Amino acid sequence: MRGIQRLFHNHQSNPRDMDQPLRIVIAKPGLDGHDRGAKVVARALRDAGHEVIYTGLRRTPEQIIETVRDEDAVLLGLSSLSGAHGHLFPRICETLREHNMGDVIVFGGGIIPEDDWPPLFEAGVRALFGPGTTSEEMVEFIATAVKRDDAGVGHGAGWHWNPSA
Amino acid sequence: MDAAKAGDRRALARLLSAIENGELHIQEPQRNDSDWKILALTGPPGVGKSCLLDRLLHEWVDHGLRIAVLAVDPSSPRSGGALLGDRVRMQVVDDVERKDSVYVRSVATRKTSGSVPLVVREMAFCLLDVGWDKVVIETVGAGQSEVRCAAVADRIVLVEGPARGDGVQAEKAGLLELADAVIVNKSDLDGAQRHADELRESLHLGHEEAPEVHLVSALHGTGIADVASTLLSVEQSTRAGRARWRERLLSHHERQLLQHIKFELLLSKIEEGLMSFDEAYAELRNGNE
Ligand SMILES: Nc1nc2c(ncn2[C@@H]2O[C@H](COP(=O)(O)OP(=O)(O)O)[C@@H](O)[C@H]2O)c(=O)[nH]1
Ligand SMILES: [Mg+2]
Repeated sequence: MRGIQRLFHNHQSNPRDMDQPLRIVIAKPGLDGHDRGAKVVARALRDAGHEVIYTGLRRTPEQIIETVRDEDAVLLGLSSLSGAHGHLFPRICETLREHNMGDVIVFGGGIIPEDDWPPLFEAGVRALFGPGTTSEEMVEFIATAVKRDDAGVGHGAGWHWNPSA
Repeated sequence: MDAAKAGDRRALARLLSAIENGELHIQEPQRNDSDWKILALTGPPGVGKSCLLDRLLHEWVDHGLRIAVLAVDPSSPRSGGALLGDRVRMQVVDDVERKDSVYVRSVATRKTSGSVPLVVREMAFCLLDVGWDKVVIETVGAGQSEVRCAAVADRIVLVEGPARGDGVQAEKAGLLELADAVIVNKSDLDGAQRHADELRESLHLGHEEAPEVHLVSALHGTGIADVASTLLSVEQSTRAGRARWRERLLSHHERQLLQHIKFELLLSKIEEGLMSFDEAYAELRNGNE
């Protein structure tokens, strides 16, 4: 062990408890070149006390998953303006499960017609936010989701955020 | 730990979170080799540290090295949150030929007052222990708080941009004193050469032995190959030994205080006038037991 010792402290909590900031990756899959919305979301989540890793434009699902993995993110927010959500969001959810990252919580935003929502929830996306969403609502979703034990993408279809409920 | 050693990146990332959150403690390993393992790349925001590091990583990986990066950005003191944006610049993580030899992890400063929390040093030890050859820490900042990076790294590289017309300011002096190498980036812009000259002049004042000043452009790649190979063998400047230990002690002390279970409680008591400053400090100094 080259002289390294590990000492465990037991008074500390796990990172899903609210006393540590949550690590959130905000990613933009697909080919459109606008990331203003994603940056606004990133800033709002920072202001709500979270640690946000922004990945830049035009990420492939593989690149996004590698970022979530290396950064040990608890949540992944996907932004889409170009209609890419239809196949990219489910593919990202599937790849997360394949890579044993089923505890990551996935949410989406951007321009996504409500007709497209059911299959995305089906794929394991836990919330979809349209252009008019307030940051309070997003923050509330995050606080709710991390407290549940069935919010990870690994649980497949099931619970999703429903602000009117 | 074993999974992380076997190359499981998710296990490694989790291990680093546990260290960052204070659940796991890694002690300083005994080392007898003299080449550096942990390098700090530091300098004012926007000078191009992340872009430069991306270029260096390409070179070092092609040299056969496996390198981990801890990219530190400040937490907002008000919300406690942080925007961690260095990774966007690191194109090397998307390069199929090289990405297996690079690990990039973004780190927020959280409650630490300086530019880099001491826990980053433990994260670096962990990365070295699971088999990464070297660790580079990118830290933001300029001025006094920046000397804190001396507490976490074996070598310090100061990155600067073109001259802004105000010469070499006094608050930079402390960091210049500690730097093992200085890089002036954006050589494609006016004023870079001039700033390199200013820095050389200021470094040589009163010192016979001064770190080298390099001029590069991370944008165009000019001068990068030379700097990449020079940095691999850069020696620790002898002037800085005592100053480094000073920073390490100060960082350690601050961390002990911040880690005290009653830190926030004592803070409130002072604020509310229920306890004197000296009493609170004495209690903090007594430790958690
Ligand atoms: N002109 C010029 N711009 C550069 C160079 N290196 C980086 N930049 C730009 O400087 C800005 C900040 O770069 P970044 O690496 O994020 O700086 P950091 O805050 O020091 O990490 C970006 O817009 C880069 O494109 C360079 O060599 N020349
Ligand atoms: Mg940077």
